Amino acid sequence: MHFVKNFILTFLILFFAGCASANKQDPSAITIWHWMSDRDEVFQELAKKYEDQTGAKVKFDLFAPSEAYAQRVKASAQTATLPDIYGVLGEKRDFASFIRSGYIANLSQALGETKDGVAWKDDFFKKAVSVNEFLPGNEFGVEPGIYGVPLDVTTIQMVYNKKLYEKAGLDPEAPPRTWEEFMGHASILREAGIPRLVSGFGEIWMLDALASNLAMNLMGEEKVFDTYRGKVSYADPDWVRVLSFFKQMTDEKVFVEGAVTMVNKTAEQTFANERAAYAFNGSWCVNVYKGMNPDLQYAAMLPPSVSNLHPARIWGGAGGSFVVNAGSTRRDGAVKFLKWLTDEKQQAFLAEKTENLPSNKASLGKISPVLASFADDMDNTTHPNIYPVHEFPSVVEAFDKGIQSILIGEKKPEEVAQDTQKIKEKESAKARAN
Amino acid sequence: MSFNQVRKVVGSYVFVAPAFLLFVTFSLYPFLKVFQLSVTNWDGISSSMQYIGLENFKDLWLDNPVFWASMKNAFTVTFLALTAQNFLALFLALLCDRDIRGGNVYRVIFYLPPVLSGIVVGLIWNWIYDGNYGLLNHFLRFIGLGDLARAWLSDAKTALIGVSVIHMWKGFGWGFVILLAGLQSIPRELYEAARVDGANTWVMFKNVTVPLMIPVFILVSILTILGTMQIFDIIISTTGGGPGYHTEVPITRIVSTMIGSSKFGYACAMGVTFGLILLAISMVQIRVSKMMRQV
Amino acid sequence: MSRMTSTHVVAEASRAEVNYDLVKKRAVSFFVHLFLILVSLSCLFPLWWAFASSLKTQQTVFTDLSFFPKDPQWSNYYYAWAKADFSRYFFNSLLYTAVVVVGVVLIASMAAYAFSRLKFWGKNVMFLVLISTMMIPIPGSFIALYVLLNKLHLVDTRLGYILPQINGGLALGIFLLKTFFDDLPKEIEDSAAIDGCGRFRTYWHIALPLARPAIAVLAIFNILAVWNEYLLAMLVLSSKDLMPLQRGLMVFQGAHITQYPLLMAGIVITVLPVLAVYLLLQKHIIKGITAGAVKG
Repeated sequence: MHFVKNFILTFLILFFAGCASANKQDPSAITIWHWMSDRDEVFQELAKKYEDQTGAKVKFDLFAPSEAYAQRVKASAQTATLPDIYGVLGEKRDFASFIRSGYIANLSQALGETKDGVAWKDDFFKKAVSVNEFLPGNEFGVEPGIYGVPLDVTTIQMVYNKKLYEKAGLDPEAPPRTWEEFMGHASILREAGIPRLVSGFGEIWMLDALASNLAMNLMGEEKVFDTYRGKVSYADPDWVRVLSFFKQMTDEKVFVEGAVTMVNKTAEQTFANERAAYAFNGSWCVNVYKGMNPDLQYAAMLPPSVSNLHPARIWGGAGGSFVVNAGSTRRDGAVKFLKWLTDEKQQAFLAEKTENLPSNKASLGKISPVLASFADDMDNTTHPNIYPVHEFPSVVEAFDKGIQSILIGEKKPEEVAQDTQKIKEKESAKARAN
Repeated sequence: MSFNQVRKVVGSYVFVAPAFLLFVTFSLYPFLKVFQLSVTNWDGISSSMQYIGLENFKDLWLDNPVFWASMKNAFTVTFLALTAQNFLALFLALLCDRDIRGGNVYRVIFYLPPVLSGIVVGLIWNWIYDGNYGLLNHFLRFIGLGDLARAWLSDAKTALIGVSVIHMWKGFGWGFVILLAGLQSIPRELYEAARVDGANTWVMFKNVTVPLMIPVFILVSILTILGTMQIFDIIISTTGGGPGYHTEVPITRIVSTMIGSSKFGYACAMGVTFGLILLAISMVQIRVSKMMRQV
Repeated sequence: MSRMTSTHVVAEASRAEVNYDLVKKRAVSFFVHLFLILVSLSCLFPLWWAFASSLKTQQTVFTDLSFFPKDPQWSNYYYAWAKADFSRYFFNSLLYTAVVVVGVVLIASMAAYAFSRLKFWGKNVMFLVLISTMMIPIPGSFIALYVLLNKLHLVDTRLGYILPQINGGLALGIFLLKTFFDDLPKEIEDSAAIDGCGRFRTYWHIALPLARPAIAVLAIFNILAVWNEYLLAMLVLSSKDLMPLQRGLMVFQGAHITQYPLLMAGIVITVLPVLAVYLLLQKHIIKGITAGAVKG
């Protein structure tokens, strides 16, 4: 009985201790919410540096994983408790919704301010800025302008293992450029018993990236956009051809077993441990591979080109971007900090410490050669956030899931094309009715 | 009414007051909010939203085959859990109920899968099921059944079962703990008396254990159904819902609608529908349990 | 002579029977133990893998398949503790777990006792309504919850993190405990009433101790839930001083890079206390406790 009494007493004490809230935050500090766990340490260092240099206090708060971060930002938006600087994780339409609801400041003016004839926005790769930009006449009805500051840049393309190439008797300095070359190399690798292409295709956006790369290369960007607009059907022979590429790769067993439901982290392990000759992955992989296998000999390459008529395209642009809270009382200070953060010196520091491509063009000097080879292809990049028109999410999902069905031999390309078109028509009808 | 009578009536309510207060604040209010959102076209972000009546529900019930396919998948996993998982849990609980050597150790070990973080579970099982270097395929080749080897989570025929096995492996510990507690609450004298009457193990099980354990069985089966229908983390860390739609379940559909399509209101309608279905199933079970108690 | 012979035959026969019985018992026992060991191995394997991985390096964690690394990196535990800032978060997790578990047990048991033993108007409706919260999953409720906590000024406070979790454990707790309370023999209560015990004292001194196995189960469920919680923490808490353990583990899981050995070390560190508490609680699921009460 005594034990119970003591326990209740302890519980009550703890309970009231629990009621005490935390120490009050420093009201003058600029608060930044971010989700990049690997960079938290570096951010803290940079915050201290900034304070030493300018006396202004900056506080970085980490919320991970990114799903939890996105939830928190959405919830805070509803209660006007957003911090001074944060990120919008989601698609362009989410970005637009935040802006229209008044949660994000229009930074066009600050970005356009010139110093010695160079505007802040000119420091960045053009595509990195475009991802954060809304053009006049955009489909979301957002006032034109630039609303975010790119922190880094990523591209999504392919990598290949030079040592495995040698082992199969292929020239390690000559990755395949065309589709025929690629399938040729793949069959040589197959005879040498080396697994070929791995990727996290369980995360269907990766399938979408590869498919849209091939599609834009084959039929040209405009036709793809026209399909999104509804002017071209998915049953068009060009789309069926895009899907056939996947069937061809399935028939020739180009994909590593299980790639269709693999999470990207498993795919990265597979490539890092030299169990696949190719990987379809993003430029962040440099950091991942370095940690798992510093002796890995590999290089970046573009996905094989399927046509000479149109330029090859890969997804690329801003990796992470920060926005400024329109309702913030420390807006000017926040913008000033972002300017400093994306300055050449800080960008080089970030790139060096975290092996990410900087968004500031001038900071490319200090990065590793393999990472730099990703940056070489920046001109070929595009990204859904830059598209002038967007496809219905359910159509995208049907298309991507359809590709998965092709990969497991369940459906034929024509079937998937028809199914996708059916869903497209349904969604278009719904949209017209509203 | 005398003061004592009033005190008596109020007293009973005092017992449930704290629970009820918390419930109204943290369960009822959010639920009503979600219900309210389910009749709008909100995207989760805008400061404005439009009331659209039962549009979301109409589309969901009449025009969303993917959602109902995912519901079927969840039912499949739940059926497997109700049978295989709970029989295993019951069997192990029965074994550990007796004074078996090392019983305490076993109890801790069987509780390990639920304790483990989802990250470890995902990593281990991805490795076990891997098509090239997976442990399961290694084992099959080792015992000469190499023909059966495949990429278990990518094969349309085995993906859902594979995911179910992970869920059952992770879940039997819960049932085990509850069933064991139930078994240990049965007075030992009843078993003694039965043994004196000449009953063997099976008869004792049938006449003593089962009748007294019926409420616990019902409890475990309700919990199993509720827990398994809401399966999510395991799927996200292994197959992501694929290949195709073969391992999609209601919660993965709700989350991808909420985040992937930014259709928050629609996702809320999905949540309400799903919840009502679960509620109906549980009500049926409670009804059945009441009937069985009277037998 | 024949009597002695028949006795001898009977004795022989019974000894044979005894032997057969013994053999059968031993065989059954052998298979039972084999089965238990196989199941146990499957449960132990992931924990062992996590432990072994925590002693490897990032480069070898997936390539070195040995049972125990030849060059164990025990320093990983030190780094994991320091980098994840566990000292700061450990106390918080202990506090949250203790308060939530005691809260759930007290509040749920009181309500369950009332639903099971007391009579009052609206009892059945209330019970159904409370239980139904367990059944209706509301994935979209995080926004409503945050708005509510903000209105109550509970954002970034310990109370704001604790109360929703107590509420979360109530439905299962009430259901579980009512199931156990329903089976309590009425004679005990009647004898208590004769002895002059009011409702509360009957509940506190008689019903609660008898439901010890159920309470132990409830405690373990909630300890695990609170200890592993992180989504609510990410939503409600901002100050590092209030964060629970899982926040520490997040440091090792980047958007792209996962530091596996350190993460596994962190996971092992967070799993051990739960297992220890579970071992302690096991003692409370004592068999025959109802028997004692009936006798007494």
